[in-house]
Amino acid sequence: MKVSVFVSPKQGVLDPAGQATLGSLKSLGFDEVSDVRIGKYITMRLEGVDAEQAEARVQEMCERLLANPIIEDFKVEIEG
Amino acid sequence: MAELYEELGLTEGEYRDIVRLLGREPNKVELGMYSLMWSEHCSYKSSRAVLAQLPTRASYVLQGPGENAGVIDIGGGLAVAFKMESHNHPSAVEPYQGAATGIGGIVRDIFTMGARPIACLDPLRFGDPASPRTRYLFGGVIAGIAGYGNCLGIPTVGGDIYFDPCYEENILVNVMCIGIMSKESLIRGQATGVGNAVVLLGNRTGRDGIGGASILASQEFDEKSQEKRPSVQVGDPFTEKLLIEACLELLEKKLLLGLQDLGAAGISCACSETAARGGVGMRIDLEKVPLREEMEPFEIMISESQERMLAIVEPRNLEEVLGVCGKWGLSAVVIGEVTEGDALKIYWHGEKVVDVPASTLASGPVYDRPAERPDYLDEVQSFDPSTLRHPEDLSQTLLRLAGGPNLCSRRMVWERYDHMVQLNTVVYPGSDAAVLRIKGTSKALAVSCDGNSRYVYLDPYLGTQIAVAESARNVVASGGVPMAFTNCLNFGNPEKPGIFWQFREAVRGMADAARYLELPVVSGNVSFYNESFGAAIYPTPVIGMVGLIGNAAHRMDIAFPQEGLAVALLGETLDELGGSEYLWLVHGMAAGRPPRLDLRLEKGAQTTCIEGIRRGIILSAHDCSEGGVAVALMECCCAGGVGARLEVDTELKPVSWLFSESQSRFVVTLREEGLPTLRELAKARNVQLEVLGRTGGDRLVINDWIDLEVAEMDRVREEALERIMRG
Amino acid sequence: MKFGVVVFPGSNCEMDCYHVIDKVLREEVDYVWHQETDVSRYDCLVLPGGFSYGDYLRCGAIARFSPVMEAVADYARGGGLVIGICNGFQILLEAGLLPGAMLRNTCLHFICRFVDLRVENASTPWTNAAEAGQVLRIPIAHNEGNYTVDAGTLRELQEQGRIILRYCAPDGTVSEESNPNGAMDNIAGICNEGFNVFGLMPHPERASEAVLGSTDGMVIWESVMAHYRGRG
Repeated sequence: MKVSVFVSPKQGVLDPAGQATLGSLKSLGFDEVSDVRIGKYITMRLEGVDAEQAEARVQEMCERLLANPIIEDFKVEIEG
Repeated sequence: MAELYEELGLTEGEYRDIVRLLGREPNKVELGMYSLMWSEHCSYKSSRAVLAQLPTRASYVLQGPGENAGVIDIGGGLAVAFKMESHNHPSAVEPYQGAATGIGGIVRDIFTMGARPIACLDPLRFGDPASPRTRYLFGGVIAGIAGYGNCLGIPTVGGDIYFDPCYEENILVNVMCIGIMSKESLIRGQATGVGNAVVLLGNRTGRDGIGGASILASQEFDEKSQEKRPSVQVGDPFTEKLLIEACLELLEKKLLLGLQDLGAAGISCACSETAARGGVGMRIDLEKVPLREEMEPFEIMISESQERMLAIVEPRNLEEVLGVCGKWGLSAVVIGEVTEGDALKIYWHGEKVVDVPASTLASGPVYDRPAERPDYLDEVQSFDPSTLRHPEDLSQTLLRLAGGPNLCSRRMVWERYDHMVQLNTVVYPGSDAAVLRIKGTSKALAVSCDGNSRYVYLDPYLGTQIAVAESARNVVASGGVPMAFTNCLNFGNPEKPGIFWQFREAVRGMADAARYLELPVVSGNVSFYNESFGAAIYPTPVIGMVGLIGNAAHRMDIAFPQEGLAVALLGETLDELGGSEYLWLVHGMAAGRPPRLDLRLEKGAQTTCIEGIRRGIILSAHDCSEGGVAVALMECCCAGGVGARLEVDTELKPVSWLFSESQSRFVVTLREEGLPTLRELAKARNVQLEVLGRTGGDRLVINDWIDLEVAEMDRVREEALERIMRG
Repeated sequence: MKFGVVVFPGSNCEMDCYHVIDKVLREEVDYVWHQETDVSRYDCLVLPGGFSYGDYLRCGAIARFSPVMEAVADYARGGGLVIGICNGFQILLEAGLLPGAMLRNTCLHFICRFVDLRVENASTPWTNAAEAGQVLRIPIAHNEGNYTVDAGTLRELQEQGRIILRYCAPDGTVSEESNPNGAMDNIAGICNEGFNVFGLMPHPERASEAVLGSTDGMVIWESVMAHYRGRG
């Protein structure tokens, strides 16, 4: 089972890398960009669990280790 | 086979040699190993004969060239290991990882000798600072050095940076590491004792760095669909840090007989070199190598995956060795054993894939390449700077130099490096040499890297002598007695007679200077083929000098320490604008003859300075180099936040006195009462001593030539690099 | 007084802390391996700087799951003295022993240099040898020292005097210009509610010997020793 986890800075938390990239994009003429957030994309392979179990386990992984809930949000996608 | 060896870069003669040495045709895997081990990079086939003239011995040299690093005895049971290396080509391809893995490699060379790495220095050369490519490479290299070095907890305390269009396509990333150990901990990359285990430590092996040998891979495996092989090695500083701690613990417990890092040509090189040095054979079972992905035997043999070490262990110590590695969370696997004879035999699931004498891999051919003095020299040397019209506003000219890419402050770079960790750095980057105290003793080390390639381009022999002299001078200005040096020799294609002539002359200059100054060369590295589209870089020998400060209280830096001191110039200023930074920045010319160097005077100036420091007379010292005495004085003012008012009596044109780069000079400060003694010391050595004036105030004033606020000069110096790199 | 310096794989300031405690403070000190589970024999625990586990996921994120961290948490809950320096501070944040989190420096790169710090609360175990408002010159060396916390907690920290050190100018003025990394409210060091757990980004061990350019870091070591002696 293939799992994708997207970790991104929480709305309202300053994202220095995103801000710098936003500035850079604007200076290149991409004026339409109004916000950039830079996060992490984590892929995992899970064995021996069903989709429902996987959902719960990955949720726990994110809360305990993969994301820091003080500054980061996360989103999980599970494929077959 | 004919096509294969050619594609692998071997000549017909080399192929015949291999057949003769083996008494048969090599198989493909063997041929591939020879092609790598006999490459210029691993075998030094073009340079070895020339390098033989370098002096390498002194009573205190414990290990000269030929090992992973040179080692010198600094007394009190302590020894210092150091070496410099290049990582030019990988850094031009991927600057962050190239520079990072360069640090990783040189650091392994140091702890492989049994020393704890205590500092890194990075001499860097980039192209035109105005080009976007330079900015990209500069940013990546600095970030790579910081990212890897900071994580290891080894301070980056120095190095130098030059920008010149000749490096546009071929940047230079040289890295130097220095380590300290008790003399008994010295260990070599040697395999000994038949039956002893060959243990591979550290990262698993993947396809890193195999790109260079992809020709062979495609020859051998072209029926399979191969993924595009990554030729960029990726550094893992965390594993490297664990390797350092684990290896030093293993050495402290005396559990290892030999230790060798895996660098270029990976397992092939590490096994053949350790076996050859120990005069033994080795059997390797390749399937035991822990892999990151599925790989063919040949790929495993040549992979340049980083952060791996080869250790030779007695069977009775094996369990303890694996235990220590386990404690540090490192993989450690027995992959073979030391055998009788001198054959390196490699098996893949019981099938023998390689059987060659180890020594034939480790010592390749030696060439005496044709050399011819290149034509450009007559043209550039015939240029006479006295024909130039000089600018009238000398203050503005000094400010221009201060804010120029080659002379401005490097603070924005070294503040990205952790230059303090380990609590030894007692003179920070930005002075002439970095000074590292040695805990538990009253001693300190002074370390400096230097190499003005414009001088070498204009006169390879003289330019390289100057590099050695200047490096020693920087150590002296920091209060140290120069002891020994390492080097990295960056040149173009040695198969071109003009390039090889530059190389030969440079090494001859280095050897003569080293012999006169009694400085052994204990390690080094040669990087050839630094050219693109037929254009080579300037010949760039870089010197890494190590000196000892017997009493750390005698360490010096360049800063004017207080007001009211006499400012004196040791050494003579001549009309020597040839090859100067002034000529380059103001007139856009790299021409003329480099400044003269009289080794007798150089030694005299150095011993005068060191004696003045030891007697407590000299309170600050700065070597005069690029930009001349004017830039040196400006740097002293800025570093100390103190101005100076100086009166110069000279027959030279103002611009020549200010910006000539005459050698063998120091700007020093001292109290009035110290002058008679310093005069005596200088006179005894035939060294000129000229009192220029006094420190004080918030301006630097020189005759009616220069009148600048210290704060203004400092602002220009400090803001320049950031501004240049922003574009 | 007996110090324990906790060593995680990838720590790189543990020897520096050990050196200062042993050779400068001349107090007893041990390394505490990350797999140890009993830290009760120490009078103060030091979580040193470095790159624990390479800081690969997030600074301190993996180290907090080391076996020793449970023991450290128990020790702290029992009132034991714990100081986290740089990476050690980041680990204390990840472990929830101190509130908040670290973002990347606003300049987006590592910074190693001396900074000026104003002592905001001089009646803590860590600062009692200082005067309130005193300016200390101590180096920083980090890539992620941009402290952030939710508004409510920030108010609590302010009201309870738990902001111990703030980045300032040499004259003590706290301003945007004197903030090297973008940290909220110029925060360089904070305490827990009991003031027995202290996290700070600057490295006091790098400013504890005159030969290194500053002895201002001694204020912190001397404070905790005075606190211990006064209590013991």
